[in-house]
Amino acid sequence: MDIFAQQIVNGLVLGSIYALVALGYTMVYGILELINFAHGEVTMVGALIALAVIGALLGVAPDLPGILAVIAGALVAIPACMLLGYTIERVAYRPLRQAPRLAPLITAIGVSIILQNVAMLIWGRQYIAFPPILPQATFQIAGAQVSALQIFIVLLSGVAMAGLWFMVQRTRLGRAMRACGESRETASLMGIDVNRIISTAFIIGSALAAIAGLMVSAYYGLAHYYMGFMLGLKAFSAAVLGGIGNLGGAVLGGLLLGVIEALGAGYIGDITGGFLGSHYQDVFAFLVLIAVLVFRPSGLLGERVAQRA
Amino acid sequence: MCSAKALLEVSGVGKRFGGLAALSEVSLTVQAGEIYGLIGPNGAGKTTLFNCLTGLYDLSEGQIRLAGEAIQGLKPHAIVQRGFARTFQNIRLFANMTALENVMVGRHPRTRAGILGSVLRTAAERREEAAIREAAHFWLERVGLNAKARSLAGHLPYGAQRRLEIARALATEPRILALDEPVAGMNPSERRDMADLFLRLRHDHQLTLLLIEHDVKLVMGLCDRVAVLDYGRKIAEGSPASVQRDPAVIKAYLGGHAA
Repeated sequence: MDIFAQQIVNGLVLGSIYALVALGYTMVYGILELINFAHGEVTMVGALIALAVIGALLGVAPDLPGILAVIAGALVAIPACMLLGYTIERVAYRPLRQAPRLAPLITAIGVSIILQNVAMLIWGRQYIAFPPILPQATFQIAGAQVSALQIFIVLLSGVAMAGLWFMVQRTRLGRAMRACGESRETASLMGIDVNRIISTAFIIGSALAAIAGLMVSAYYGLAHYYMGFMLGLKAFSAAVLGGIGNLGGAVLGGLLLGVIEALGAGYIGDITGGFLGSHYQDVFAFLVLIAVLVFRPSGLLGERVAQRA
Repeated sequence: MCSAKALLEVSGVGKRFGGLAALSEVSLTVQAGEIYGLIGPNGAGKTTLFNCLTGLYDLSEGQIRLAGEAIQGLKPHAIVQRGFARTFQNIRLFANMTALENVMVGRHPRTRAGILGSVLRTAAERREEAAIREAAHFWLERVGLNAKARSLAGHLPYGAQRRLEIARALATEPRILALDEPVAGMNPSERRDMADLFLRLRHDHQLTLLLIEHDVKLVMGLCDRVAVLDYGRKIAEGSPASVQRDPAVIKAYLGGHAA
């Protein structure tokens, strides 16, 4: 087995998940210039709701095909997260629209803490296992071992991202989002209800987050109330790496970050002579974040942040 | 007092920023089909009045009626929905979108497709999208920009950007179009073209125009009636010829305020 090829594959899988979450950060930032730190928690809620549904279904009908159970979980988790995303915006951010920028940022951190604690009250502090109901088939591709789940994650992320791209570029709603991204005031003077568009960005971002949360819990085989924190931070790093506010940048940043992290985890033992193990993989995301902020604050594809900040 | 054809009625409008009265007791009535000019020295409050009319500023006092309906306090998008569109003194296009897309954004208040239609690509959504595109081409054609439909708005030459703003505003299907210095920075021949365009728009689309302009010749040639603002107050109103002779107006323009 080729470690390099294997880590590239692992990195792309992880990276597609980061990209899905990063899109949620970047869509909201593109319109509101707000870092919605509660976004990571939405992935956590999505994962835990989906797992609860899957668990309940298997409890009632143990013979249910695993894939159907997962689809049912997604069909409940996605709308639930859309509603959650809408509610967060409506309750926590909209009243602060005219406030200084620091206020909604602090509020975002507050919402994040609230969601973690509510999730802990509902689902407890323990890790919740993802039941082994998905097909375990693996394939050999270019020296790497690839599981059916990995292929599925990359494909589904790709479809979701292509759908989002199409929506943003080619529909009335997407044009209105881009118009709000350029100037909310001018957009409102062209008859666009800006609050509605902001809600839409939260709803769409939360749907993607729910999908990502389900993917993460299926991939690592577990979920818990704190899982959204690290995932959110990494996806945020990915969005900054690509250029926050830029949708293509979020995808590029997510994939790059996933690959960097996987390669780092794969080789860190060799590089440090065994001193640091692969559990240090989280370090890489933040090294990348620091490097971007120092050397290219606008990110790989971004230009607007530098002008605005 | 409320005449049958009054499209826009501004009564006793005031706007204060802290202690500064940017507008006080401004009243004017624009009849349907009129070209109404708003002139005055720099800082007289013309753009402030536009911002009040379009809902960007809350009024400190007074009332604004559009076709008989009170619109003060409504959000900007709701005022556009009711048929009031505008352009800007300093051009405010969506620079990273194409000319066509800019005008398509203008169709927003007259179309409906929401999140479900956009994600699922329903037949109704696709029909509407085609209609939006067609209407956008129509308005680009009206201002003579169809050849530039695919250019990024930010890359267009200055005069074309001015006309694109007009096309985008027209796409919202306004009853009244408010133009904030639409010919500023243009040469005389471009100015004549714009004046012709305004007359054609009024004629072909029963449009009412509210015009802020510094070019006295253009205002005098084009407007049916003119109001003059100075220090946030209306100091004269009437036909262009009568306003031009008004001593208060001459004083405002030549200086010598006894503040």
